[in-house]
Amino acid sequence: MLYSDKVMDHFQNPRNVGKMDDADGIGEVGNAVCGDIMKIYIKVKDGIITDVKFNTFGCGSAIATSSMATEMIKGQKIEDAMKLSNKAVVEALDGLPAQKIHCSVLAEEAVKAAVKDYYDKNSIEYDKSMFCDCSSCNSCCGGNV
Amino acid sequence: MIYADNGATTRMSDGALKAMLPYFQNNFANPSSLHTAGQKAKEALTNAREDIASLLGAQPNEIYFTSGGSEADNQAIISAARLGEKNGKKHIISTAFEHHAVLHTLKKLEKEGFEITLLDVHKNGIVLPEDVEKEIRNDTCLVTIMFANNEIGTIQPISEIGRICKEHKVLFHTDAVQAAGHININVKEMNIDMLSISAHKFHGPKGAGALYARNGIFLSNIIEGGAQERGKRSGTENLAAVCGMAYALKEAVNNLSENNTYVSSLRDKLISELSKIPHSTVNGDTQNRLPGNVNMCFEGVEGESLLLLLDAKGICASSGSACTSGSLEPSHVLLAIGLPAEVAHGSLRLTICEENTQDEIDYIIKEVPKTVEYLRNMSPVWEALEKGEINHVI
Repeated sequence: MLYSDKVMDHFQNPRNVGKMDDADGIGEVGNAVCGDIMKIYIKVKDGIITDVKFNTFGCGSAIATSSMATEMIKGQKIEDAMKLSNKAVVEALDGLPAQKIHCSVLAEEAVKAAVKDYYDKNSIEYDKSMFCDCSSCNSCCGGNV
Repeated sequence: MIYADNGATTRMSDGALKAMLPYFQNNFANPSSLHTAGQKAKEALTNAREDIASLLGAQPNEIYFTSGGSEADNQAIISAARLGEKNGKKHIISTAFEHHAVLHTLKKLEKEGFEITLLDVHKNGIVLPEDVEKEIRNDTCLVTIMFANNEIGTIQPISEIGRICKEHKVLFHTDAVQAAGHININVKEMNIDMLSISAHKFHGPKGAGALYARNGIFLSNIIEGGAQERGKRSGTENLAAVCGMAYALKEAVNNLSENNTYVSSLRDKLISELSKIPHSTVNGDTQNRLPGNVNMCFEGVEGESLLLLLDAKGICASSGSACTSGSLEPSHVLLAIGLPAEVAHGSLRLTICEENTQDEIDYIIKEVPKTVEYLRNMSPVWEALEKGEINHVI
């Protein structure tokens, strides 16, 4: 099989799919030309991510990593969500094929982008170095592969 | 399971399988052996060669058995290049949407100093014969253009190109891997100098193919060794597979018009029903097209996820999409017909054959739109398209 059972489960039965009209933060990363875009919505209360939704255009592993990442940050403190690494997502999915690792990087970045959006919208001070500069990001189209 | 991936490979026919069996245990001898058993094996090889030659309109001594289509493509192109460079001719004409067996061989020659012209295949996926003629130069040693495209099924004007090449005394090779057994081929009438076929694309076994090379063309060896295939392709012949291939080709050619009438009716039904999906497009000309090929793009959807969800519903399809091939680039074929990358990512190829039933086609027609809609509902690209933030391309 191309994918582990866990990946197939999250691909075929994705958790937290949908949009959120009253989101406190929205993060969108990726590029349609490269074949994957992830959009993550978060609802925040008292520093805790109380709800999360995602929409993804992409391959099976892009959908599965989005689903897993949303599961992993739901109910977490923002600071903990910020610690979510692409490696942790890959491990939680029992691995990804080498050429699909970039999907997990996108998932990590989508979460961070949503948190950044929340910080920006609420004028919360934060350390800019925590977030990657998307204009120079190389995770799409060949980076990290 | 509904198998709609016959462009990738086909199920072996009962007859082809039966034709192979005697050569594993009963008549297992080496066709190069001088004893009676060996000579019996040689006779089977000769018969297979005669059958294949006559089905292609060639002479038996113009057929060279290979391991498949890729090897035949490699040998044809390398041979023409070696013949050309002896006379200072180092220019080759091909198309942008050839199979990688051709494109990568051309890349190799380019590094050796050959100049390669890749012709435009236009929006409909068909080369214009006049474009071929325009590009022929004094130093052109080969024109290599596929008979029918493997992803979008478009059939090329092979007879016209053959005539042009003959007039200009340029060698003409065609990769007929997708065409053999599915459309009529006559190498003499079509002025084809070299042609590649692969058995597993017409219900024969994998690992067997053939190169037709017109008498008078001096082939270069890709594999050195013994004197098999008149010294042009060494290695003990894969006799069982060759016999399976000969049987399968005979069966396919004998039933060709009957199969095509049925298969193209299924294809047209698929195309007309799936075209009802909003913002979809059929890739490649719908008339000059292999009878079993359907290739479509659905905007806002990525090909691999579509393919895997259809697989979960029991439909085996394929996608020109990047992800399936392990590369991140979208299909070079779809880019060649001018589709933007973001649309090319959403491709679906259904390649059907005479073994598919009407019920199977109806099931595909029922499931594909549902799956596309499901994926669109979770696609941020589709959301942006619907909100008008980005414009629909198709």
